[in-house]
Amino acid sequence: MVPLPYYLIVSGILFSIGTIGVLTRRNAIVIFMCVELMLNAVNLTFIAFSHELGKIDGQVFVFFIMTVAAAEAAVGLALMIAFYKNRESIDVEDVNLMKW
Amino acid sequence: METFFFAIVALVAIVSGMLVVKCRNPINSALSLIVTFFCLATFYVMLEAPFMAAIQVIVYAGAIMVLIVFVIMLLNLRTETGSRYTHAVTVGTIIGVLTLIEIVYFFSGGRSGLTGATGGLNTETIERVGHTELIGRSMFTDFLLPFEITSLLLLVAIVGAVVLAKKKI
Repeated sequence: MVPLPYYLIVSGILFSIGTIGVLTRRNAIVIFMCVELMLNAVNLTFIAFSHELGKIDGQVFVFFIMTVAAAEAAVGLALMIAFYKNRESIDVEDVNLMKW
Repeated sequence: METFFFAIVALVAIVSGMLVVKCRNPINSALSLIVTFFCLATFYVMLEAPFMAAIQVIVYAGAIMVLIVFVIMLLNLRTETGSRYTHAVTVGTIIGVLTLIEIVYFFSGGRSGLTGATGGLNTETIERVGHTELIGRSMFTDFLLPFEITSLLLLVAIVGAVVLAKKKI
């Protein structure tokens, strides 16, 4: 029986790695994957707490998060393909049309 | 024994998570991310959530990651060369480390004050009723409205993806 804080610490480490990835990488698809990593870290927290408190609600939330992630993947990747068609690049520094 | 197994899986999850950020080639990042997802599925099994582990493997490692790898190969992305702004790396790493310290402090200091409504879910219930049935019951009674809204969200996502994939945008 692994204690709850262990899971929370692992989830926190994964979330921080995702944050660093989002802030430091320039490739839009890698940034997208780091966002997925952060979402998964949160999922782990939800399930760990659900197990600790003995309630199923947290796992239903994880189900909804997965749905949102799937919708996000569909729309986000379509956006990236549309951007690549226009600019021949998916570097976030080339996304500057609306930059002030 | 279980703690030892947990340590191994956690180590693999964190190392592959770091590889997602560190790899220069997006394909390698995507494959490392799949390894991380499998480690998380293992955690879910250890937390007595087998349905969630199955969904994790099928939806995340199976569907979403295939879509991402597909797009990476379709766009024929090259390895990133050099970094134009080095400030971003420094600032981003500092912010990430601060986030980690904050999370660890919060989780290790605040766990004595863990509150929340507890339910009657335990190993015996899960084995008798079945995890999938428990989730189904909860989703179609307590969470019926969010479930319906989710269907609307998926419809919007489909329409959005079709519109964005048109020839002229």
